[in-house]
Amino acid sequence: MQMSIKQEKIIRLTLSYLVLLAAITIVIYPILWVIGSSMNPGDSLTSSTIIPQNATLLHYKDLFTKTQYLTWYWNTLKICISTMILSVIFIGLTAYAFSRYRFFGRKNGLLLFLVLQMIPQFVAILAIYILVNLVGLLDTHFGLVLVYVGGLIPMNTWLAKGYFDTIPRELDESARIDGAGHFRIFWQIILPLAKPILAVVALFSFISPFADFILASILLQSDEKKTLAVGLFNMVSDEFGNSFTLFAAGSVLIAIPIGLLFLSLQRFFVSGLTAGGTKG
Amino acid sequence: MEALAYQSNHRKTAALLSIIPGIGQLYNKQRIKGAIFLILAASYFIVFGNLLNMGLWGFFTLGTELPRDHSIILLVQGVIAFIVIGFGIVFYVFNIYDAFQNGKKRDQGFAVTSIKEQYQNVIDKGFPYLLAGPGFFILIFVVVFPILFMVFLSFTNYDLYHSPPARLVDWVGIQNFTEMFTMDIWRNTFVSVFAWTIIWTFTATTLQVAAGIFLAVIINQKDLKFKGIIRTLLILPWAVPAFVSILVFSGMFNDSFGAINNDILAAFGIDPIPWLTDPQWTKVAIIFIQTWLGFPFIMAMTTGVLQSIPEELYEAATVDGATVWDKFKSITLPMILAATAPIIITQYTFNFNNFNVIYLFNEGGPAVAGQSAGGTDILISWIYNLTMTSAQYSKAAAVTVLLSVVIVTVALINFKRTKAFKEEGM
Repeated sequence: MQMSIKQEKIIRLTLSYLVLLAAITIVIYPILWVIGSSMNPGDSLTSSTIIPQNATLLHYKDLFTKTQYLTWYWNTLKICISTMILSVIFIGLTAYAFSRYRFFGRKNGLLLFLVLQMIPQFVAILAIYILVNLVGLLDTHFGLVLVYVGGLIPMNTWLAKGYFDTIPRELDESARIDGAGHFRIFWQIILPLAKPILAVVALFSFISPFADFILASILLQSDEKKTLAVGLFNMVSDEFGNSFTLFAAGSVLIAIPIGLLFLSLQRFFVSGLTAGGTKG
Repeated sequence: MEALAYQSNHRKTAALLSIIPGIGQLYNKQRIKGAIFLILAASYFIVFGNLLNMGLWGFFTLGTELPRDHSIILLVQGVIAFIVIGFGIVFYVFNIYDAFQNGKKRDQGFAVTSIKEQYQNVIDKGFPYLLAGPGFFILIFVVVFPILFMVFLSFTNYDLYHSPPARLVDWVGIQNFTEMFTMDIWRNTFVSVFAWTIIWTFTATTLQVAAGIFLAVIINQKDLKFKGIIRTLLILPWAVPAFVSILVFSGMFNDSFGAINNDILAAFGIDPIPWLTDPQWTKVAIIFIQTWLGFPFIMAMTTGVLQSIPEELYEAATVDGATVWDKFKSITLPMILAATAPIIITQYTFNFNNFNVIYLFNEGGPAVAGQSAGGTDILISWIYNLTMTSAQYSKAAAVTVLLSVVIVTVALINFKRTKAFKEEGM
C-alpha cells in the first residue's frame, strides 16, 4: 500500500492534534471545575455543575468576611518575601566565598553542602520543632523563615557557585590591581554580572516556602499565623464537603495571580535549572 | 625537600608548644597572634565550659533524677556541646598547623610575617569566613543540628511512654533498628511502605517523564500550528501551586460527591470507584495526579533541548531513508536523555520524598489492618505520622536514618559521575 507524502502528513498531524486535544482536556478540566465550583451556589458539591446555573460570587465575599483568608495570604507573602531576601543575601555571599577564595575548610564545606542538599530538611521535623520551641520561636514567622533559609542554602549555594565560577577571574584581578578592596570587587564587579543567577535563587526561595506544607503546619499553631497551604488544608479536611465551594474560591484566588506570575517568569526557571543541572 | 636538612627545628618545637594554643605563635615571635589565640582558647573554656560539662553529662546519662532532668533538653544540649567541640577542634588543629607553617618558614630562613602583614593577612584570609559565616551558622543550626539530633534519637526509647517531663528517656542501642526488622508489626509495615515507596517513585516519575518528553516531541513538529498557545495551556499544572491542585484533586476524586465519579464516570455509565477508601484505587489516583503535576516541567526542559538539536542531523537521516520512528529513536531520544539526565534523576529523588501529594490527597490513607501506616504512605509521610499522630519518636528517627542512608547512597553514586563533582576534584 503506497501512501502519498501528503496523506501521511495529514494523518500524522490529525493524530497529533487529537493527542494534544486530549492532553489539554485533562489539564484544563480540573482548573475549569474548580472555577465552576467556586461560583456554585450552596456550600457543598452535591448539586454542582461545571458551568453553574446561578453563578454567584458570594463565596469570594465570604472568604474575606468569614474566614482568616486575607490574613493567611498576607502571612504567606510576608514569609515568602522575607525568606527570599535573606536567602539571596546569605546564598550570594556564601557562594561567592566558595567560588573565589581558597580557604581552610572550603572543600569539606562544599562536600557537606552536597550531602545536605540530598537529605530533605523535613525528615528532621521533630528535631526542628524541639529546637525552635527551645529558643522560643515556636508559632512565630521569624522562626519559620530562619528554618526555610537554612534549608535553601545547600542546594542554591551550589547553583550560584556554579554560575560565579563562569565569571572570569581576570575581572577581579584587574580590579584588585586598580586598588579595589574585597568588598568593592564583590559589590561593583561580581554582583552586577551575577544578577541572572541571583534572580533564579530569588525565585526558588520565594516558591519553596509558598509550596511548603509540612514545616508550616508544625511550626505555626495559631489560626491568625497560618499560611495559605495550612489554612486551605484545614478548610478542606475539617469540614470536607461542607465548605468546599469556599475552598474552591480560595484556590482560584491563589492559582490566578501565582499562575500568571509564574508564566511570565517561566523562562528563568528553565534556564536556572538547566544551568544548575549541567553544572551541579 | 626532606633531603634538604633544615638548619633548625623551629617547626616541630612550635607545633609542640601549640598544644596550648598561642604558645607556638609566641615562640615564633608573633606576639599579637599568640596573645589572641591564647585569649580565644581561654574564653572558649570560660564561655562554654559549663555547657560542655553539662551537655556531655546529659548526653551520656540522659538525666538521672525526676523532675529535675528533662532528657530531651539534655540531649539537645549534648548535641550542641558536640557542635561546639567540633568548632573547638577545628580551631585547635588550625592553631597547630599555623605554628608549624610559621616555624617551617623560620627553618627555611624566611622572616616571619610582620604585624602589618599579619593584619593584611587576617583581612585577606578572614574575608571568605566573613562572607560564608552567617549562612553557615544558620545551616548548622537548622539543618545539621536537626539531622544529628535525629540520628542520636534513633538510639533512644523516646516515645509516648517514655516522654519527658513525666519520664526519663534512655539509650537503648540499636533496639529500634532491630525491632524494625524482627517485630512483626514493624517489619510488615516497613517492608510494605518501603516497597510502595519504590514502586511509587518509579511509576510516577517514569510516567511524568515519558508524558513530558512525548508531548514536547509532538508539539515540536515543524508543521504543527498554534505551538505557543498549546505550550502555555499544557504548562498550567506547573504554574498553579501544587498544594492547591492536590487539594482540588482530593475533592474531584471524592467517593461520594467528586466530579470524577459523578460527572465523568457516570457519563460513560461506569459505577462509582472508591478512590479514597480502597488503597489500590488511591494509588492509581495519586500516580495520575503526580503525572499531571510533573509532566509540564519535563516538557519545558525537553522543548529547550529539542530546539538545540541541529536540523542537519534529521536531513541526513531522511536522505539515508530513516522513518519518523528511526529518527526519534536514534537522534531525538538520546539527545534529550543526555541533556536532561541530571534533572530526571533529581525528579526520582524528589518523588521519593514527595510528601505533599501523598499527605494532602488522602493523608497517606486509607488505613490498612495489620500495619502502622496507611495504604499509600511512603517513608516520609510515615515518619510524619509516627511523629505527629502516634508519638513514636524514636521509631520515626530510626526510619529517618534508614531513609537518609538510602538517599545519600543513591545520590552520592549519581553525583560522583557528574561534571561538577569531578571539577572540584573531591
